[in-house]
Amino acid sequence: MIYRENGQFKTSYRADQQIFPILQDRIAVLALLAIAFVVVPFAASDYMLRAILIPFLILSLAALGLNILVGYCGQISLGTGAFMAVGAYAAYNLQVRIEGMPLILSMLFGGLCATGVGVLFGIPSLRIKGLYLAVATLAAQFFVDWAFLRIKWFTNNSASGSVGVGSLDVFGYSIETPVQKYLFCLAFLCVFALLAKNLVRSAIGREWMAMRDMDVAASVIGIRPVYAKLTAFAVSSFYIGVSGALLAFVYLGSWEPAAFNINRSFDVLFMVIIGGLGSIMGSFFGAAFIIFLPIVLDQLLPVLGSMVGLNLGTAFVSHAVFMIWGALIIFFLIVEPHGMARLWSTAKEKLRLWPFPH
Amino acid sequence: MGFFLETVIGGLMTGMLYSLVALGFVLIFKASGVFNFAQGAMVLFAALAMARFAEWIPQWTGLEGKFLNNALAFVAAMVVMYLVAWLVERLVLGKLVNQDGITLLMATLGIAYFLDGFGQTIFGSDIYKIDVGMPKEPLFLFDKVFPGGVLVNEEDLVAAGIATALVIGLAAFFQYTGTGRALRAVADDHQAAQSIGIPLKRIWVIVWTVAGFVGLVAGVIWGSKLGVQFSLSLVALKALPLVILGGLTSVPGAIIGGLILGVGEKLAEVYLGPHMGGGIEIWFAYVLALVFLLIRPQGLFGEKIIDRV
Amino acid sequence: MKLKSLSLAVVLVAAGTAHTFVMAQAKEQFFPVLSYRTGPYAPNGIPWANGYVDYLKLVNARGGINGVKLVFEECETGYDTARSVECYERLKGKNGGATLVQPLSTGATFALTEKAPGDKIPLITAGYGRSESQDGGIFKWNFPLIGTYWVAADALTQHIGKKEGGLDKLKGKKIALIYHDSPYGKEPIPLLQQRAAMHGFELQLLPVTAPGVEQKSTWLQVRQSRPDYVMLWGWGVMNSTALKEAQATGYPREKMYGVWWAGAEPDVKDVGAGAKGYNAVTMQHGAEPNSKFVQDVLAMVHGKGQGTGAKEEVGSVLYMRGAISAMLGVEGVRRAQERYGKGKVMTGEQVRWGLENLALDQKKLDALGFAGVMRPVSTSCVDHLGANWARVHTWDGAKWTFTSDWLQADEQIIKPMVKQAADKYAAEKKLTRRTPEDCQT
Repeated sequence: MIYRENGQFKTSYRADQQIFPILQDRIAVLALLAIAFVVVPFAASDYMLRAILIPFLILSLAALGLNILVGYCGQISLGTGAFMAVGAYAAYNLQVRIEGMPLILSMLFGGLCATGVGVLFGIPSLRIKGLYLAVATLAAQFFVDWAFLRIKWFTNNSASGSVGVGSLDVFGYSIETPVQKYLFCLAFLCVFALLAKNLVRSAIGREWMAMRDMDVAASVIGIRPVYAKLTAFAVSSFYIGVSGALLAFVYLGSWEPAAFNINRSFDVLFMVIIGGLGSIMGSFFGAAFIIFLPIVLDQLLPVLGSMVGLNLGTAFVSHAVFMIWGALIIFFLIVEPHGMARLWSTAKEKLRLWPFPH
Repeated sequence: MGFFLETVIGGLMTGMLYSLVALGFVLIFKASGVFNFAQGAMVLFAALAMARFAEWIPQWTGLEGKFLNNALAFVAAMVVMYLVAWLVERLVLGKLVNQDGITLLMATLGIAYFLDGFGQTIFGSDIYKIDVGMPKEPLFLFDKVFPGGVLVNEEDLVAAGIATALVIGLAAFFQYTGTGRALRAVADDHQAAQSIGIPLKRIWVIVWTVAGFVGLVAGVIWGSKLGVQFSLSLVALKALPLVILGGLTSVPGAIIGGLILGVGEKLAEVYLGPHMGGGIEIWFAYVLALVFLLIRPQGLFGEKIIDRV
Repeated sequence: MKLKSLSLAVVLVAAGTAHTFVMAQAKEQFFPVLSYRTGPYAPNGIPWANGYVDYLKLVNARGGINGVKLVFEECETGYDTARSVECYERLKGKNGGATLVQPLSTGATFALTEKAPGDKIPLITAGYGRSESQDGGIFKWNFPLIGTYWVAADALTQHIGKKEGGLDKLKGKKIALIYHDSPYGKEPIPLLQQRAAMHGFELQLLPVTAPGVEQKSTWLQVRQSRPDYVMLWGWGVMNSTALKEAQATGYPREKMYGVWWAGAEPDVKDVGAGAKGYNAVTMQHGAEPNSKFVQDVLAMVHGKGQGTGAKEEVGSVLYMRGAISAMLGVEGVRRAQERYGKGKVMTGEQVRWGLENLALDQKKLDALGFAGVMRPVSTSCVDHLGANWARVHTWDGAKWTFTSDWLQADEQIIKPMVKQAADKYAAEKKLTRRTPEDCQT
């Protein structure tokens, strides 16, 4: 009843190929964007913006990138943290070494450098796959960790190895308050999400999916594995690099290589798995889940514990977060391997018929 | 020259210890085709269980005598690992039969995180001691030949001895017992094994229990060396390039891969490290494995991967 | 059925969020506690957090700060910078606003140094953080009270020099620095390089990748180069691993000197007799089980069943460190109250003034229960350090005992380095040095 598609006829191929062919979907997405851009800046508290929404936006971008690689192209990567670090430090170096460098250009440059590194560490994917590729990307992770600790030039010769950026501004508008930072990240995310959605619907996206499903058969019918795999690595690393630059500049402000260590890689991988492999929307669900869960548990568990007379400290909450993540990954893999995004799609499918039984 | 020997011996010892952890990986992969990312967490969990039980058993039963306490704690930890194996088979593996490798890999990642949190909730986050009477002082051999002698770590020697005994025991188990033969059959071909009546579920529980046992031994040895704490599970990450190097399906590969990696790592850190500022140990193993993978993707002793379309 | 589970979920969430809407009572000072009780650094983070919280409870048991009660909330950071920032953001506005923040992590200090001035929350980094932040002229909101890493490294060098019979006798000697490969571990390097140039000893730098469980190659290198002394700049698991490896390679522990974060019970308890002879510099206090403060805590906090953590931990090195860190914060609030109104709740800005004008003389410290433990602390506009005394203590297999006189860091060497580094920071961030008028506010 909500999703009545009666009367929505498409009279051109262009209309048929829209991202959101159903009018209700279009309205919903536009409403969501309107709320995100207009209502949230006024309604949300500073804390909500700074500590929840901004990391959500930034990590969604990273999850989007990783989803392209793992979900659409089927190449496992555990080096997300490394690519984020490359993006962050490259953007930092450009910003600090050249006076008056526009911020957006630095971020994009960070993404480009991450692309280079990503393609470099993606070359092994031409020979190996699955677990072996995961180990190869771990090599990237640890090597990049070490490089940013050891090679002084990358950190502008700071004695401690910790670097920071001062106040940010874009075309004269400063990006200082939480609202400005939020809108900045949101703008980036929207542009990149649109690009990603169109990429995966295009020829290159279909090549990626063919490589994921059956790479030998794909190469037999003429899809070049080198091109497909390396472009997946390139695009994915670009997204991840930009998200790394955003994380460093906008959220942390001052960081060290440990901010991009292997835990970060696992975090983003979990987002992609729980959110849904091979789904753009899934990246958002996964990011929201991974960010919200610790915060919700932090508030909820002590209350629950005091209801049963237990004094549950912060350490237990940390452990509980780990346990719930682990349990949920297993749960999703068993019940719905395609993650929360598939649950959402199934719900939407049901909504198309509701209230009719079949 | 003496120092070079020291480094090589140190590397061999360390490699042996990594092999212990890698053995668990290989066992599980051989028998169930699952790459167990949770092996590190299992090592940690087993070591924590042993350390804490060794502390608690005297409190609960009032028994004295270190040997008795340690033996009881070992048995208790073994029971815990059996429970873990059984639960894993029931709740995870049994439900994910026939899924592809990536899914199973990620499921074991979930198990790893769960065991991490659960282990620390039950057993605590402090550094716990495992005292099985390992010698702590160093040995200096050949000090007539080399000035200052060649340093050999007694504890590492004992550990290497235990590891060798374990490998021989496992080899005998696989070769001469019925269960061992069943395991090998399952490793060869699941369906064929099932068709001749080998109960797959029970075999998986047995395999995970054996891997848990190997993990417990590894955990006791590592824990005795370093103290048992959360960060022990990071040691298992080092075992990943090891199994890649040696081949995922080969037990001798795990050993030899470990030895190569251990020696390579130590030599690189001691001789190459100072020129690169130090700290290269962390990625050297991975880069070595990576280079190796490009030349021989199945590892030294692994089976060639054949893809059917 | 579905409605039941849905309403149950709603009730639970409401209960959870309602808990957070507790309005601050009129007379409460909020202290967020950024601690870590999980992860590789938990064994050292837990006693510190217990000491910190116990001190706050003791202040409440004594009636608060002139009647103002202290309210605190812990947040788990896991020694991770991003989580520390998240905890900071979450807690800084709660319960009327955070009074001050002590992140117990050098990495988090760097990140929060950028945020705290905008939020007007003073940052106390007693014994860690940026060494140059002792220059209050640039770092208005940072307070590395009673110790920085340059003070520690300097004290150690002086002690080693004394052992050799004079700093000039260090010429030609070799000192190895085994450090945690992070901003924390790298902090002492500039000062040690300066001292090495001055006295002619060779400084060998051996980084250990975090978290520091893999040190076999490091100690093989130590065995190869046979340094005369080894300085250990580790944290968490890295410390006990270092001592175990030292024992395994036969390096005499008497020649090892750790920083004050590498010289506590969790680091040596495991190794026991194998760590006998290991020395560490202390930030004035060591393990103080006989101090009056400990007796007060046992009576008024643990005696009432309010203790955080085990009773046996009270008085241990890191417990005392946490308690003293809390004490410095509380005294800053008390000093602020002297100017802005006794018995009133203080804002972050007012507490900042209080911390900048600390005048803890020996009488006050003795009254607080720290007789024989601490020396007077007095801060000023340009000096946010307050005191630069240190001692060295040694592990005898069962406990820590002091084995040196009071050492004082050499200001002639440190001050120019601080000024240079602070000026560099100011140039980067486009800040100007504070004017004398600004110092009066």
